[in-house]
Amino acid sequence: MYDGEYSDKVIDHFTNPRNVGVIENPSGVGTVGNAKCGDIMRIFLDIDENGVIRDCKFKTFGCGAAVASSSMATEMVKGKTVQEAMALTNKAVMEALDGLPQVKIHCSLLAEEAIHAALWDYCQKNGVVIEGLRPPKADIND
Amino acid sequence: METVYLDNAATMPMRKEALEAMMPFFGADYGNPASIHSMSRSPRKAVNEAREKIAKVLNAEPSEIYFTSGGTESDNWALVSGSALRPDKGKHIIISTIEHHAILETADYLVKQGYEVTKVGVDETGRIRLDELIKSIRPDTVLISVMTANNEIGTIQPIAEIGKIAREKGILFHTDAVQAFGHIPLDVKAMNIDLLSASGHKFGGPKGVGFLYVRKGIRLQPFMHGGEQENGRRAGTTNVPGVVGMGVAAEISARDMEENIARLTAMRDRCIERIESEIPYCRLNGHRTERLPGNVNFSFKFVEGESLLMSLGLKGICVSTGSACASGSLDPSHVLLGIGLPHEIAHGSIRISLSEYNTMEQVEYATDALRDAVANIRSLSPLYDDFIKGEGA
Ligand SMILES: Cc1ncc(COP(=O)(O)O)c(C=O)c1O
Ligand code: FES
Repeated sequence: MYDGEYSDKVIDHFTNPRNVGVIENPSGVGTVGNAKCGDIMRIFLDIDENGVIRDCKFKTFGCGAAVASSSMATEMVKGKTVQEAMALTNKAVMEALDGLPQVKIHCSLLAEEAIHAALWDYCQKNGVVIEGLRPPKADIND
Repeated sequence: METVYLDNAATMPMRKEALEAMMPFFGADYGNPASIHSMSRSPRKAVNEAREKIAKVLNAEPSEIYFTSGGTESDNWALVSGSALRPDKGKHIIISTIEHHAILETADYLVKQGYEVTKVGVDETGRIRLDELIKSIRPDTVLISVMTANNEIGTIQPIAEIGKIAREKGILFHTDAVQAFGHIPLDVKAMNIDLLSASGHKFGGPKGVGFLYVRKGIRLQPFMHGGEQENGRRAGTTNVPGVVGMGVAAEISARDMEENIARLTAMRDRCIERIESEIPYCRLNGHRTERLPGNVNFSFKFVEGESLLMSLGLKGICVSTGSACASGSLDPSHVLLGIGLPHEIAHGSIRISLSEYNTMEQVEYATDALRDAVANIRSLSPLYDDFIKGEGA
């Protein structure tokens, strides 16, 4: 068994991740993290004309907590408006996963950042503004 | 679910005979071997027998074996006291870049005390660059410390050659044999070894006990002060059950060594062969033949080590990883970086370490699970997507 530090929910989302995949011609896509440090998360959004997230998919290179956080975050934003998705915090993702070990908090932060990055891409493509949304940090390469 | 324990380099199960031999010393034979009444007799005799058993495995004299609390203490003692032996000569020490932290961090400590340390690099298989080692020797070099076999990638160093060089130059030679003792043949005389560290729990003895071999005539200052135990060289009441268990484990390891090497090598090579043929984009880390019989270490591209560990863990398989994510730090293992792996490849590395208690069935089971887990994790990996796209596939 794994060392037991993860909740059953984390293990469930790690073993059966929801919404894995890519969306062709997405409304927005965001990639965050850094392969050198060991984590990369990419989130795709399909957003309808009313600004509602119709579909959301992810691909993640990272630890178990990173995979579980991406899976949970995609579940949480599906069906939400872009404003609601914008307000999703890593804390909410962590709570939905019944908590993460201290050293794994940054993995859930990655999920929050990936969603923000995908929303940013959506805004850029469509010339819309989501209040409070800031451009993603550009630290993907190296 | 059955546990398949393949992390024997971290620690291995105790040998039944070792445990049995220890039991009386937790009970009726509780005496202190350093006392001078009748209760000291049986423990003293048992400790001396253990010393003889261990000495025999190394082709050493019993009086050259000093019991310690384990590999870490032995390494600390050897480095700190070994480098202080020739203040007239100098303060320069040579180690390799892929030593265990017990050596690396002690060397860092010595730098703060005014020593100079040269870290000699290794090639892509993890073998020390002998030409560089020779070039780094100076008139003020007092100690060379190179591990016998690496704990992560299993590479075995040319210890006899290094010993010869050091002896010719009149430099003290220490080797951390924690991963090697009891697993591969060692002869301190033939290999010109002056100091050698080992640890009980790595060869079927108990944890928290080890020893340092100190060649006769080397006046190594104590590291632990406060008593006359171990000939005045290592203070502290002897861990009698620990020492006794370690002695029996050493004896059995030596007795069964040839057979164990053959069995483990067959399992190891089967595992390596299957991984190489069944899992694309992988890399064997370490030397193919100059390698501990039980060590398998691979990197898998586009895979992060901790998630791989977790997938295997959920199937009852215990292995370890050199990934930074598992340890919560950003830098992957210094050993994997030392053999030239880029960070992102080093992140996807796992070590499978076998002992004679494993079976070929377990190796097959774990390899199946590994193949499936790597495929599964790659299906989640954005890096794999990008790679496949780049390939035009
Ligand atoms: C090469 C090496 N040196 C030293 C040690 C430390 O030994 P111990 O656990 O007995 O302190 C280990 C154990 O991990 C090791 O593998
Ligand atoms: S992704 Fe690096 S620790 Fe979770």
